[in-house]
This record gives sequence, C-alpha cells and structure tokens, in this order.
Amino acid sequence: MPNRLELSGITKQFPGVLANDNVSFAVKPGEIHALLGENGAGKSTLVKMIYGIMQPDSGEIRWNGEPVVVPNPKAARRLGIGMVFQHFSLFEALTVLENIALGMDAKIPSRELEARIREVMQTYGLALDPHRTVATLSVGERQRIEIVRALLLNPQLLIMDEPTSVLTPQEVEQLFTVLRQLASEGCSILYISHKLHEIKALCDTATILRGGKLVDTCDPKEETSRSMAEKMIGTGLKDIVKPAGRSFGEPKLVVNRLLTHRTGHFDVPVTDVSFTVRAGEILGIAGVAGNGQNALLDALSGEIRSEDREAITIDGKAIGHMDTTERRRHGLCAVPEERNGHAAVADFSLSDNSVLTARDRLGMVVMGLINSGAARTYTGKVIADFAVKALGPAATAGSLSGGNLQKYIMGREILQKPTVLVVSQPTWGVDAGAAAAIHQALVDLAAAGSAIVVISQDLDELRTLSDTLAVINMGRLSESRPVAEFSVDEIGLLMGGVHGAEAAA
Amino acid sequence: MSLELTIAIIVTVVGASTPILIAALGELVVEKSGVLNLGVEGMMLVGAITGFVVAFTTGNHYLAILLAAAAGVATSMIFGFLTLSLSANQTATGLALTIFGTGFSALAGQGYSARPVTLLGPLFPAELATHPIWRVLFGYSALVYFSLAMVFAVWWFLKKSRAGLILRAVGENDLSAHSIGYSVIGVRYAAVAFGGAMAGIAGACFPLLLTPQWAERMTAGRGWIAVALVVFASWKPFRLLAGAYLFGLVMTMELYAKASGGPLSAIPAELWSAMPYLATVVVLVLISIRRDASTNAPACLGRPFLPSN
Ligand SMILES: Nc1ncnc2c1ncn2[C@@H]1O[C@H](COP(=O)(O)OP(=O)(O)O)[C@@H](O)[C@H]1O
Ligand SMILES: [Mg+2]
Repeated sequence: MPNRLELSGITKQFPGVLANDNVSFAVKPGEIHALLGENGAGKSTLVKMIYGIMQPDSGEIRWNGEPVVVPNPKAARRLGIGMVFQHFSLFEALTVLENIALGMDAKIPSRELEARIREVMQTYGLALDPHRTVATLSVGERQRIEIVRALLLNPQLLIMDEPTSVLTPQEVEQLFTVLRQLASEGCSILYISHKLHEIKALCDTATILRGGKLVDTCDPKEETSRSMAEKMIGTGLKDIVKPAGRSFGEPKLVVNRLLTHRTGHFDVPVTDVSFTVRAGEILGIAGVAGNGQNALLDALSGEIRSEDREAITIDGKAIGHMDTTERRRHGLCAVPEERNGHAAVADFSLSDNSVLTARDRLGMVVMGLINSGAARTYTGKVIADFAVKALGPAATAGSLSGGNLQKYIMGREILQKPTVLVVSQPTWGVDAGAAAAIHQALVDLAAAGSAIVVISQDLDELRTLSDTLAVINMGRLSESRPVAEFSVDEIGLLMGGVHGAEAAA
Repeated sequence: MSLELTIAIIVTVVGASTPILIAALGELVVEKSGVLNLGVEGMMLVGAITGFVVAFTTGNHYLAILLAAAAGVATSMIFGFLTLSLSANQTATGLALTIFGTGFSALAGQGYSARPVTLLGPLFPAELATHPIWRVLFGYSALVYFSLAMVFAVWWFLKKSRAGLILRAVGENDLSAHSIGYSVIGVRYAAVAFGGAMAGIAGACFPLLLTPQWAERMTAGRGWIAVALVVFASWKPFRLLAGAYLFGLVMTMELYAKASGGPLSAIPAELWSAMPYLATVVVLVLISIRRDASTNAPACLGRPFLPSN
C-alpha cells in the first residue's frame, strides 16, 4: 500500500525566516503521526501547505502515491484532507448546524446535513446539540464542531494543530478515544502538540522539527519525554540550577489578612490571605483553576486596591492602597495569566508594550515624553536575553506566537529587577526549552535577592521551582511551608479543600 | 370612537409607518452584514426627489418607485465605495451621505415645490373595499403590501436561506468568513445596495403616499428613526414591524388629539412631537431587556474588513 502522504524536500521561505527547510517524511494509512518542535519550528507552516492554505516554494507532495498540487483548502478537502485549527474560526452567534453548513463546500439541505451530523456524532461518541448557539459552548465543545465538520467529509488524513492546549484532561481523553477509533478505520492523523506525555500515549511515530529542519523521526513509545524535548531544542535539557544551601534574607513582601470583594458571577474573591516572602525566596501557590487565583493576582498587582493599606507591605512600607503604577515604582511587578489583552496590547509594538510597564522603573518617560530610544534598547535586550523569536522591537505583540510572547513578557518584568515579582502561569503553552529558560530566569532573579510569588496549576513546575508552597482553595490560602515537607497527596488534598488537621488525621 | 374613525386611524397609521418600515428593513440587512450605514435619511431624500420628479413628469407611479430605488442604490454605492473599497470610517461616511442627500435633493428639487402630483391609489379595485372593514385589509396602495411582504421576505432570507446565512456569517466574523472562502466585500456591497434600494423606495413613499408634493427635507428625520428602530428591534424583522407601527400610531394620535380638541390637546405640542420617538424607544427597550438582545447584534458591525494577507 502506498503512503497516505509523502513530503519530499518541502521548503518555505518567509521574509527573514526559513520556516521549512527541505522537509521530507511520510505518513502511512491509519498511522497517528506526531509533529513536534519548539514554538516557531515551522509545524503550522508545514501543515498549512499540506492543507493548501500556503504553497511551498519547492518540494513535492504525494497523496496516496500520486504527486499533487494543493492550490487551496477546498482542493485539500476534495482529496480527503481535513484540518482542525489551533484557533477556531467559528461564528459565535450562529448555531452549531449553521457553522457546519457554512464550512461545507457542497450545498446540503439543512435537514439532511443535520441527519449526517447526528450520524457522525453517534459513530464517534461526540455529544453536541446541533441547535445550540456557539457562544454558549465550552472550548472543548467548540473543538468538537471543528472535528465533526472535518469528519463529515470522510477524510483519509486529519490534521490537528495543537488541539489540546485549551482542553481539560477529561476532554483530552475523549478526543484521544475518537482519534484512535478513526485511525483504526484507516484514517491517518497528523498531530501537533507540545505535551509530550500525550504524544507518548497517542502517537505511533514522531517527526521532530527544529528551526524549520527535520532533525529526527522516532517512535515516541521508545523515547522519554525528556529525550524528545532534547531533540526539539537541540541541546541537553538543562536542569534548573538552584544554588545549594540558600538562605533567605529579610521579609520583602508581607501580606496580612488580604481580602477582595466579589465582582462578577464567575469571580472567586480571596478572603483572609496572609503570607510572607523573604528576599531570595520563591513562594509557589498551587490550586485548581478558578479558586481565587485571578483575584489574588489582581489584589497583589494593584488592579484591585485594598481598603486596608497595611494588608500588603514591601520592605515594611504599606502599599495596599496603591495602584499598579505606584506599586511598580515601589518595586512590585506582576504578570497576569492572560497574555493578549492583559499582559500585552496585541496591536502595540513590543517597544510600546515595554513602555507600558517599565516606564517608571527604567526612566522611559522624561517630562511626559516617551524616550523611544530607551524603550527600543530595553526591548532589544529582552528579545536577546530571552531568545524571543521576533523581528525586533518594532514587531507588534500580536504577531508573536503564544510562547514567544510569554518569553517577552516574562523578560520585560524580570529585567526590571523588581524587589517583588508576582507571576501567574509563567509557562502556560510554552515549549519545554522555553519553559526551562523561564524557570532558570526566575531562579536567578531570586538568587539576586528578589522575592517571587508563582501562581500555577502545574504541580511539577511548582515542585521544581518553589522554596515554599501554599495552596489556594475557594479563595483561602493554606499556611505556607517548605516545599520538601509536602507530599503530592497532601497537596492534592489541600487543593480539594481538605485542610491542616483533617489532612493529617 | 366610531367604527369609521377607528378605521380611518388604522389606515393613517399604516400609511405613516410604511416608509419607516421599508427603510428600516433595508438597514437591518445592511447591519446584519456588518456595515453601519447612517446615510439612510440622505438616501431617502434622494429617493423622494427622484420619485417625485418621475411621477410629476411621467405620471407613472411604478416607474417613479423603480427609479427612486435605483437612485437609492446609486447613492448607497458612494457609501459602499468609500467604506468597503477604501475602508473609510463608516460612521463619518454615513453622516456625510445624509448631508449630501439633503443638499442634493434640495438642489434637484428647486422649482418643484408647490407643484402637485397625484397619490398612488389603492392596489385593489374599490369594490373590494366598500365596507369599512374591508378597507382595513384592501384599502392600501401597493407600497404598503410591499412593505409587509418584505418583512416576511427579510425574515425568511436571514433565517432560512443559505445566502442569508452567509450574510449573517460575514457580519458576525468577517475574517472567518473570508478564510472559509466567502467574499466579504462582495456580500457587503450587495447588502448596502439592497439598503439603498429600500431607502430610495421609502423616500418615494413621501410624495407618492403621504403628501402629494415636494418639500425640502420632507422625510423629516424618519431615516434616523429607521436606524434607531433596527437597534431597538434587536435586528429582528417582526419586531421592526411592531416598532414602526407603534411609531406611526403615536404620531397619528398626535394629529387626532390636536384636531379633536379633547383633554389630550392640552399636552404641549413639543411633547406630542417627541412622543412617537419616546414611546417607540421605551417599548422596544423594554422588549429587548427581557431577552438577551446583545447576542443578536452583528459582532462586526461598523468595523472595516481588513484581511491580514
Ligand atoms: N505568514 C507569515 N509571514 C511571515 N512569517 C511567518 C508567517 N507564518 C509563520 N511565520 C514564521 O515562520 C516560522 C514558523 O512558524 P510556525 O509554522 O507558525 O511555527 P510553529 O507552528 O512550529 O510554532 C516562525 O518564525 C514564524 O514567525
Ligand atoms: Mg503553530
């Protein structure tokens, strides 16, 4: 049997970037094939060429043994190639059925289409009400629409670009069941993800790209997550180096009985939160999403001001009543979880984004005028020190991939050398190499004497990074203790809301 | 109130509401495609003068309506070219279009004031409408039946047809519609042209249906009412019908209150003039509070379409 898909010598040049450099590999019928690589390695570009969104500069695509040219997505669908995008292109105000109808090339009467949709959902156990409005659906349900849309065409190859980065573990499990069933029916799957344990659980083969070049094709079941990560970044994955025998200095950030008020429906306020972070210390705050992490970050950054000025002190100075700008002046910098629109303005250049948070600490504004030279120089330093893949300080924040934007934002705050840094989800959606770099930068900042608070849902991250750990549940923070004293079970119990004495009993 | 009077009121209300309804239906389709055309009043005035001049010179009302629609389309294409092809700001361009339409119609209408035309007669033979009750059903001109048919047609088009689905998709998420392969600009041009035709016909209603002459600014701000109605009716054609008729009803009550001299005439004239606007807005706002109106607003309304590549 010929290969389902065979690429040979695919090359794609963008202005300033060689996104794919002579890439060749093959996908067999019924194979689940992983495509791995760091952010910017060229994975999305490669699959876009297979799906006809872009054209390769050179190279050949063979489909079931025959050389083909795929001029547009419509032609790809006619060949039997389906794709589920990283960012869904759905119409929020329209129903599931209408959304699917819009994406179909053939005009099918809506009753017949609905019957076919129900049939596909039945076959693959995808539950979805065709008459629901998309705006009311969860992310996982939205993805199901895209999958159903692709499956309606009986594809022989299904391409999925980072399908799980926004799904809950249960949704991921359901997705894998569907994908395995599809593969068993002979449909090939090209699967892109950063989550290496997923690749090990799901995929038969993995092709690894680095800087646009194919560096290896391997069997993920025979590899470890670490060995695949090392192939992706090209060097050994560095362990975080924590200077041995560290001692902590004076208390830097003292939070005393901090509380916020409920503002929206889904908002969980924090009540009676107290903790102390000393110079050189990294405090990790664990917890299941939606337990008050957002309120805590806002209350610390100054987006929510406290009625009690003594609720937050830095170096003994009360800052509870101050806004974000004043707190930054006093040495407290913060990175919220949401990058686009909260931590950075997508339409602004990186340089302007630097001015937004670093202007006071680094003197980028002189007598009301922006010193754009200083902003550019600083942004250039962030880009260089944190290996941000961007065209330069003038590139807009929105043009960066998620991982690169995160590196930029972390760099922008860390290089300001804040007395206290509060970060939420520092490595969300970031590949292994970049995550290690961000972790190391945080450790180095602490070693230089800053106090750091890391709010994260990733327990592995917290256990490697933190010196002390506390758990947030329903807006209440547990007592903080050295991380070594916690067992995983105990953290789990605290995250579920079982406290101190009960947990011990 | 006598049966005669009641029926006379109903007939007046229907007549007064018709131009607003027609213009608003056009604007509804335009807005559903994601375009905000504030030039309705201007396009109506161009339609009004065109309809008047054609009716005056040829005496053919249907030709007058047709050419008024064509003039509306032509005017709307100025807006279309500026906002769709050149991505000009829609709000500013719409306002400019109204100013243009006002001035153009005044200029073209010089020398036509105080010259009479005949009104468009009822569509059905008079025998059908001899009894007053039948007059309520069969006593109107073709424009009234047209407006009612269009309510249903617009509803069906948006809700049931594939073309309507594509139009809504374009108004909802232009970038996605573009990436699926629909022509965003093409769809929007078609919608703007339809809005222009409807506004032109709505304008022609004034000299052909209401007052058989030309007067400068004779549309008297009804184009703005039409634009506001679309929003307050949450972009739903049947609510638009209700809103337009409510507006016509309160406006007609004003006339009767003044004429009859009863206690209602004690209300100051200024308040009466404001009443139709107030009543319509209040009622439609109350309707839309109950359900979630915001989900029906086209997400791309007023935003120029700028594909990234
Ligand atoms: N349309 C484009 N124009 C210019 N450069 C692009 C474009 N799309 C992607 N790139 C660049 O090509 C490289 C590969 O990007 P991409 O394929 O999206 O990577 P991945 O999906 O592996 O993260 C990146 O450096 C990116 O900035
Ligand atoms: Mg990608």
